[in-house]
Amino acid sequence: MGTPRVLILRAPGTNCDRETAFAFEQAGGQADIVHINRLLKESKLPSAYQILCIPGGFSYGDDIAAGRILANQIRHHLHETFESFKAHGKLILGICNGFQVLIKSNVLLPISPEGKAAATLTWNDSGKFEDRWVQLASKGDKCVFLRGTTSLYLPIAHAEGKFVARDEETLSQLDANCQLALRYTSCRSRDPEHVPYPDNPNGSLANVAGICDSTGRIFGLMPHPERHIHPTNHPRWTRAESTEQADGKIIFDNAIHYFS
Amino acid sequence: MTLWEIDIYPREGQPDLAASSITGDATDMGLSDDLPVTAARGYLVQGNIHFEQADQLARELLADDIVERTVVAVVGDPQLSQPPNEKPTLLHVMPKPGVMDPVAQSALQAIADFDLEVRAVRTFHKYWLGHLPEDALRAITTKILANDSIEEVVVGPLNLDELQVGSEYEFELIVIPLRELDDDGLLELSRQGQLYLTLVEMQTIQDHFKSLKRDPTDAELESIAQTWSEHCSHKTLAGRIAYRDENGEQRFENMLKETIFEATQQIRRNLGADDWCVSVFEDNAGIVRFDDHHNVVFKVETHNHPSALEPYGGANTGIGGVIRDPLGTGLGAKPICNTDVFCFADPNTPASALPPGVLHPRRVMKGVVSGVRDYGNRMGIPTVNGAIYFDQRYLGNPLVYCGNVGLIPREKSAKEPQEGDHIVALGGRTGRDGIHGATFSSAELTSESESLSGGAVQIGNAITEKMVQDIVLEARDRGLFNAITDCGAGGFSSAVGEMGEKIGAEVWLDRAPLKYDGLSYTEIWISEAQERMVLAVPPKHWDEFQELCQSESVEATIIGRFVPTARLQLNYLDHEVANLSMAFLHDGRPPIVREAYFQPPERAETVPLVVEDHGALLKNILSSLNIASKEWVIRQYDHEVQGGSVIKPLVGIENDGPSDAAVVRPVLDSLRGLAVSCGMNPHFGDFDPYHMAASAIDEALRNCVAVGADPSRIAILDNFCWGYTDRPETLGSLVRAALACRDLAIELGTPFISGKDSLNNEFSYLDENGQKQTIAIPPTLLISALGQIADVRTCITMDLKTPGNQLFVIGETNNEFGGSHFCLANKISGGDVPQVDVQRAKATFAALHQTIQSGHVRSCHDLSEGGLAVAVAEMAFAGGYGIHLHLNQVPHALKLKKTQESITALLFSESNTRFVCEVAPESVDAFTAAFAGIPVACIGSVEEEKQLVVDFEAENGTHYPVLNESIETLKQAWQSPLRWS
Repeated sequence: MGTPRVLILRAPGTNCDRETAFAFEQAGGQADIVHINRLLKESKLPSAYQILCIPGGFSYGDDIAAGRILANQIRHHLHETFESFKAHGKLILGICNGFQVLIKSNVLLPISPEGKAAATLTWNDSGKFEDRWVQLASKGDKCVFLRGTTSLYLPIAHAEGKFVARDEETLSQLDANCQLALRYTSCRSRDPEHVPYPDNPNGSLANVAGICDSTGRIFGLMPHPERHIHPTNHPRWTRAESTEQADGKIIFDNAIHYFS
Repeated sequence: MTLWEIDIYPREGQPDLAASSITGDATDMGLSDDLPVTAARGYLVQGNIHFEQADQLARELLADDIVERTVVAVVGDPQLSQPPNEKPTLLHVMPKPGVMDPVAQSALQAIADFDLEVRAVRTFHKYWLGHLPEDALRAITTKILANDSIEEVVVGPLNLDELQVGSEYEFELIVIPLRELDDDGLLELSRQGQLYLTLVEMQTIQDHFKSLKRDPTDAELESIAQTWSEHCSHKTLAGRIAYRDENGEQRFENMLKETIFEATQQIRRNLGADDWCVSVFEDNAGIVRFDDHHNVVFKVETHNHPSALEPYGGANTGIGGVIRDPLGTGLGAKPICNTDVFCFADPNTPASALPPGVLHPRRVMKGVVSGVRDYGNRMGIPTVNGAIYFDQRYLGNPLVYCGNVGLIPREKSAKEPQEGDHIVALGGRTGRDGIHGATFSSAELTSESESLSGGAVQIGNAITEKMVQDIVLEARDRGLFNAITDCGAGGFSSAVGEMGEKIGAEVWLDRAPLKYDGLSYTEIWISEAQERMVLAVPPKHWDEFQELCQSESVEATIIGRFVPTARLQLNYLDHEVANLSMAFLHDGRPPIVREAYFQPPERAETVPLVVEDHGALLKNILSSLNIASKEWVIRQYDHEVQGGSVIKPLVGIENDGPSDAAVVRPVLDSLRGLAVSCGMNPHFGDFDPYHMAASAIDEALRNCVAVGADPSRIAILDNFCWGYTDRPETLGSLVRAALACRDLAIELGTPFISGKDSLNNEFSYLDENGQKQTIAIPPTLLISALGQIADVRTCITMDLKTPGNQLFVIGETNNEFGGSHFCLANKISGGDVPQVDVQRAKATFAALHQTIQSGHVRSCHDLSEGGLAVAVAEMAFAGGYGIHLHLNQVPHALKLKKTQESITALLFSESNTRFVCEVAPESVDAFTAAFAGIPVACIGSVEEEKQLVVDFEAENGTHYPVLNESIETLKQAWQSPLRWS
């Protein structure tokens, strides 16, 4: 197989598209940034790609709610396109705003028989946007993007990243199915279930920072792996705490290696 | 048509974040303790839809079913005014008609996907409050819930049938009978029309039209007022000034040109073939070389007056406006980082102590920070640098400086509109917002300003600007246009007038796309509606340009063309509404000689330096608002988007120490970096603006050099915010600061590449006795620095790294306490203001840079507010290690009699050009060798034990313990004052 091709989907207000494309290219992929208007006209376009990524930003200003308008466009016009992409065993990644879009478009988790969404991402308990680095525990047994990892150090930068499941049952099902792939952890707490603010920066239930679908090939996360692909991105690199293999890079490497 | 109301409440068990924030604000402002509030947000949706459809919109689009519940009904339905709990008082707050409502715009577009016939959408906030006395309710409404300049409040249920904005407009040419007016009439016209022109200027315009044997149209008069406004022409500082000080008299034909510009020209001449400036004081931002392929551009603007009236909107459009400067520089630079500096009054000021017409400083600060946050974050531009200064003289006039750095390909750095090019309006539509911003910003604020100039206040829509940016950069790379500029103050009038100055332009105002009907031709011409750019597009590229814009849903419209007439000709439908010569418009302003003088203040009394408890004093100074941690602000800004973050604004073992400067890597596959920092010392200006300016430049450079920037490649910007410069002594203090800028820039070889001024920052009101009171801001000069680093891996941070390393102080400590934080904390005045030994500064920066480059410095922090004591405390708690310091080893020229005085001076003096460096034992020889001829000494060491221990060994051998504080206590003192929720 040749170089995997990555479609980076951008909408008005998307703003992490370039560095995300750069991260995929560093990992050996070939990334194209495609505007949503073009995808709406050419819905077959993704068939030429192996990976589809919705990067961070504020699609449509996050007006109404974060990711909501782009998610609605996908639900109304691109449902088939995404389903077919999934069915072909390809990979989908949503970062921050992209995660919000994947959740709110029901691409990541199926809706209930009554038509209810399984989960949402809502306002941080702090009520405001925050940029800070978080320590994450990862489970790579199911999620393709997290293979070989157990912990990651990445920055978050969002206002609406609090993960809330529809109900207890949905949450425990996701947990049992290893879909709660990425969680905030704390070195200040002995109890892994209790991660105080700001280590859990938004009040997410079960400290969820990222989830995958039942196949492990669709993954959404609030932290920004594309902001930690160079050793000098680490906030304490001047304290010799960073390594050549920056944590965020692993996620892009895993995605590209999946096809080689 | 039915008007549906959709109320959205948090579901049972979900937090009501909006209500908590209001309750918190009410407590903090002393208005009410534990105010009971329930908050909802809502939408008014007007269209031919029935309940099921409105309910579908609520469930699938407007609300989040998992965490929210909705009430959907036709406006006026009793369901909507059922109190959700025991709070009977109902209030609605909504944007006034015509005020930008980005969420409503987006909602309307998103509803199109549902195939429903919806015509209009408006958002609102709904609040339920407990029983309150009427005056308490009014206080909470006006001070927290709503801002009268942009929002309306409806008490009780909403009662309206339709959402309507705009009205029919019938063309009527307005001619102003100018020729017949006497001097009083001219002044009255200037005042009534909010032209803010002086009598001599009005007379000059009158003479011009007398010679033309006709009267001007309103559009002509407005064009002249805007072009001649202080905001657009800088007529004061770029004008003739007769200046006197203790050295005699100097006359300037153009003060800025002969001081600050001239310094840059001299530096460029000295550099010869190595000149790295590209374009200075010409374009919307200054341009300097970066690497083989790119230049960088830098601009800082102020948005003070709008932020005083509506802090959120003012700061929002402030950052939005300055981003358009790099975007409108050359053929368009990509914005890569922001810097924001604010000046406020104490946020703990009692609400009862505020003069009429003044917003509470806490509300101003929260609003400004949110405004910058929401715009900068949405644009995807990291906000990496900033500062906040507090002084009660900013009560009526808060200062909001917004800056942006851009990256541009070298070959795209120049522009020139061509004859025949289309004049194209790109981006947002034109509305009645922002009328008279240019002239208003040049006037003094009064307690009446809110009602008089409310139209000058706006809300931005960052996503429109982001869409414009995406188009501009793509069209630039495809070579589709010849010139671009932003629509800032003065709107089309300013943008087209400037672009067409050397050619001539004709404009068809009726073609400009409008937000709503009813705008007159003059309103279209001078509206300062946000998110618009003007481009010169050659006809041969128009089709491709238009197609590109359509592909991303960005509106582009031909509104005129550049024609070789040397005239500005405006048309509306078939009517000519203005026809002015470009020469009169741009060069017809009468020269006025302004008087300026500076009288050095009497030498102030010396400051008493005997202190009982240095530890308590240090904690007190660390807790002073200027020095205290700004983490609450910094974390709300995305400082890492674009992926090139190298040195963040917060550094150290817990990612919360105060970095001297930020470093970014704008080209992701390169290691070359940019450092951004600033310097500002308004308190020094009370002593001598010359030394204030010199100190600000020294500080900006110190901060840049401390992280590893090359001092021979730092470009700086000046932003003067001053009081009423028609007063000779106020203008004199500004000239004096400009002279320092000239002197320092030349000596340091550090060019100014752009700048901006904001004058008349005074606030007047009538006190309870009917006496006019005026609060003037202190002279406030912001110096912003843009440094470069060849390889970012050589950068360092200020946090201590390793116990056992030695600590060196570089530079000499003098008895300089004028304007110091020692004095502010002790509420005393006097002392000598810090000065800069510029030759020594140049040598110090060069030597420090060389040692950092060679890897001999493990951490470095500059000494600024609070002096050595604050610097070492910050290094210690940022690094998580202790320090043992021998104060007597600090190089100084104090000549104080008492040892106790020397101790205090060594700890807290704010002398310039000083640093503390951490050096590993193996690097000590190389480090000290680099500083030959510069005062430098080892003063202590990094310790494992987390204590800051300072002692002083007198010459006679007496040992004085000075400080022994835990770094946790010091950190707590530094973090607690502004750690807001």
